[in-house]
Amino acid sequence: MAQTVLHTANTRGAADHGWLKSFHSFSFAGYYNPERINFGALRVLNDDFVTGGMGFGEHPHDNMEIISIPLEGALQHKDSLGTTATIKSGEIQVMSAGTGVYHSEYNPDAANPAKFLQIWVFPNKRNVTPRYDQITIDATTRNEFVQILSPNADDAGVWIYQDAWFNMGRFDAATAKTYNLHKEGNGAYIFVLKGSIKVDGQNVDTRDGFGIWDTDKFEITSSTDAEFLIMEVPMKF
Amino acid sequence: MTNILIVCTNQPIAATIARLIDKMEDWQASVALSLNDALEHCYAKTYDVILIGSGIGQEHEDVLKLHIEKLKTETPIVKHYGGGSGLLYAEIYQALAKK
Repeated sequence: MAQTVLHTANTRGAADHGWLKSFHSFSFAGYYNPERINFGALRVLNDDFVTGGMGFGEHPHDNMEIISIPLEGALQHKDSLGTTATIKSGEIQVMSAGTGVYHSEYNPDAANPAKFLQIWVFPNKRNVTPRYDQITIDATTRNEFVQILSPNADDAGVWIYQDAWFNMGRFDAATAKTYNLHKEGNGAYIFVLKGSIKVDGQNVDTRDGFGIWDTDKFEITSSTDAEFLIMEVPMKF
Repeated sequence: MTNILIVCTNQPIAATIARLIDKMEDWQASVALSLNDALEHCYAKTYDVILIGSGIGQEHEDVLKLHIEKLKTETPIVKHYGGGSGLLYAEIYQALAKK
């Protein structure tokens, strides 16, 4: 029988640094909740708001798959691999930190905030050579799951060092689709960006997170027009 | 005082982790930049937590675990992920809770 967990939006950890407001679905930095450490290999889901013209100064990362998905606005990225790039809404960025990488991220628009999801997934291989990639994702398809990340370089979306698959959903109200998990032992964490959905009958509202595992499929029904992200990850890794 | 040993071959990242640990009241970081350096640290001092950072492979981690078993200090050895701020404190709190 499927097991589930619901993290409503108002139970997330919150941090306000003035220029950065962040909501943490799992323990991060100064927010520590032993009941909210991770969902399988999914370790970080931060819902970030960066004030115009501000950003994260140069800082290091290692041994983590770091995925950024801008929701509004853009971020200018520079890293020690020599990458200088701007990622904007409608794109996805991935960095395999491996043996170590330094980067900075700024909101280049002085007048408007940038909103983005920062997602960290434990890698299935430590100390890999750091790498960076970004692509444009399909933002027009409706009422289908759109794959934006997988473990395979030749599959749709970006790829990471983990048996994980991410899909975006943009559903009109009253749309129902069954999601089939790709791999035995994987679970899925569904994060609602807009609107309301039901996952196997459980209401999941805007900015709620819902985890489901010990199953090979589940049904998503949109109660309203809705946008959501499905993050399928190994539960043991 | 909670003594934490960071074992990491990437010196700038090790320094960042140490700085973040030293910011916490009653936590003190030491850094070992190689396996041999880590073994020497553990002979000289008993640590509350050992963090395995980047550049340390499983083989070296296993050697360190064996070394700690022989010393009978029961120091938890945990893998550090992320290279700094985000996960560091939770990793240490979790390791200390399991002691």
